[in-house]
Amino acid sequence: MHPWLPFEWIAATRFLREGRTQSLLIIGGVGAGVAGIAFMSALLSGLQANLVKRTLSSQAHLVILPAEEVARPQRDPAQALVQIQAQRLRSIDQWQALRGRLEKLPEVAAVSPVASGPAFAVRGDANKSITLIGIEPEHYTRVIELDQKIVAGALRVRAGEAVIGTELARDLGATLGDKLRISTASGAGDTLTITGLFDLGNKTANGRNVYVGLRTAQSLLDLVGGVSSIDRAVHDMYGAEALAQRIAAETGLVADSWIKTNAQFFTALTSQRVSSNVIRFFVALSAAFGIASVLVVSVVQRAREIGILRAMGATRGQLLRTFLLQGGIVGLLGSLLGSLLASLFLALWRTLAVNADGTPMFMIEVPGSLVLIAAGGATLVGVLAALMPARRAAALDPVVAIRG
Amino acid sequence: MADPVLRLSGIRKSYQSGDSELEVLHGIDLTLQRGEFAALIGPSGSGKSTLLNLIGLLDRPSGGHLFIDGDETSTLPEGEITRLGGQRIGFVFQHHLLIPAFTALENVMMPLLVDRGRPDAAMRERAAALLAGVGLADRANHPASKLSGGQQQRVAIARALAMRPALVLADEPTGNLDTHTADDIFALLREVNQREGTSFLIVTHDPRLAARCDRIVELVDGSIVSDRPHAETPG
Ligand SMILES: Nc1ncnc2c1ncn2[C@@H]1O[C@H](COP(=O)(O)OP(=O)(O)OP(=O)(O)O)[C@@H](O)[C@H]1O
Ligand SMILES: [Mg+2]
Repeated sequence: MHPWLPFEWIAATRFLREGRTQSLLIIGGVGAGVAGIAFMSALLSGLQANLVKRTLSSQAHLVILPAEEVARPQRDPAQALVQIQAQRLRSIDQWQALRGRLEKLPEVAAVSPVASGPAFAVRGDANKSITLIGIEPEHYTRVIELDQKIVAGALRVRAGEAVIGTELARDLGATLGDKLRISTASGAGDTLTITGLFDLGNKTANGRNVYVGLRTAQSLLDLVGGVSSIDRAVHDMYGAEALAQRIAAETGLVADSWIKTNAQFFTALTSQRVSSNVIRFFVALSAAFGIASVLVVSVVQRAREIGILRAMGATRGQLLRTFLLQGGIVGLLGSLLGSLLASLFLALWRTLAVNADGTPMFMIEVPGSLVLIAAGGATLVGVLAALMPARRAAALDPVVAIRG
Repeated sequence: MADPVLRLSGIRKSYQSGDSELEVLHGIDLTLQRGEFAALIGPSGSGKSTLLNLIGLLDRPSGGHLFIDGDETSTLPEGEITRLGGQRIGFVFQHHLLIPAFTALENVMMPLLVDRGRPDAAMRERAAALLAGVGLADRANHPASKLSGGQQQRVAIARALAMRPALVLADEPTGNLDTHTADDIFALLREVNQREGTSFLIVTHDPRLAARCDRIVELVDGSIVSDRPHAETPG
């Protein structure tokens, strides 16, 4: 009997220890449920993070385009189709001022102006339609980690220089240091030296995107002094769409978030999340019923003891709390057991689900926050489940209980 | 003069059985002074346990007044009643009714623990002294469920004394024990009564034991039919 523990804690732990078999079984049951939820959550969030990462490797969170554009230029190079615009590219009005305003928004992590448009890359006999993307590398890399994706050379796009994808290099039979002729529909053309090769992990982007300096692109695309879009990274990428709508309303420009651009992918993510919440709910419900039924039995079995405690002066409130605590303790211990089980499962899973070269397919783990949420949630479920049995215990008539 | 430990006036108790009301206690008047050692006898079904439960504040009367140490109890709210009962009245039951999940010592501590909320060293010492007083010092850390019937009843007596109650109610405390053990237990109650001046009201079916009390109250069909002092007074 620890001196600092109140009566309710002492009685709750003693009762659980005395009914050892029942307690262990129900803790095991809760543990299995929590393990299932934790494993599923970790797997899904790992999978999701992996997909999101791949998607965002070549896309900005949010892109601002000129207003009143009837046919929008494909601003997603990864999915760009061969679509040469008949009309001239338009620039965003007063984009420098807009850029300054955007940089001040607390939600925005990075802002990068981009001049992009369709063009052709020619080398010898080979001729490919490409998306020419003019960037300021020091800003652009904070929106898209292009510098991390360079596999040869460097991300260097001074005048007369270009960085192309591995796929395009293969198609054109070009490599570092080779020259490339770029021409656009407006009739402009330039010969650029390949200074870097990138691999965005996306075949289309690797085959189409050609990064050049902002000025180079502006002159090639007949967009001198202008930009076709402003790409941005935000802190909360899932809040990108709400922010996009706000900016569109404020500026009258078109603002597209990656969420909108990848609507289909997002619908899949959302429905996955909804279905995993449904699973969570039902697992929690079955754990709650398990805890409740064990405690109901315990209250019946302990009717005499409860009566005696009442005769000793224990109040209804003390008994109510004693049984609520038992529910909470079962939930907490079950969730800890479950987190442990889930970690073991994941360790096993990581050794099994590997790529051919032995590296894990993608990283998943049970994050500390998930353990805390599981512990808190399971404790709460335990207390709620104990509500009915605890009220029964508190309502017990000591006279009837003692008479047996 | 100090208030009597217990005063009942016109206590009635009815139970609802189907459509009809069954009155099992018909206006009981009874006063118990400090240090009295009284037996409550009567045939089975006469209402002895019902009366004891009312006095112990485990149940509430349908009518009449019940005073503990001069305090009227019928007007007290539920929670107060429970506390008052726990503090001023000790209970010893026929079926020992210890709490098996706890040791002998912890069972003795229980009334103190529920009253104060959390354990402390003084509580532990008091419980140990009480256990020693009933001859079970060496069983203090035994689980209650591992003790013999006589030992359990001794623990129950020690527990009934934990709060230094003015009154101890015992409902057939020796009913489940053999004659020899019953005599020991009865002697123990008497000893406590003489040493501490605690009042006792003891329900018993055993005329031999009743004869060893100062006073014998007889209940028949829910009414007191006789209330007489007994010759063998404490000396
Ligand atoms: N909860 C109840 N509901 C209905 N009737 C009850 C209830 N409790 C007791 N009674 C009735 O009250 C009467 C007195 O019962 P009580 O238990 O007080 O008798 P007793 O004198 O203690 O008997 P015994 O010596 O057998 O223990 C009995 O007729 C019993 O059936
Ligand atoms: Mg009885």
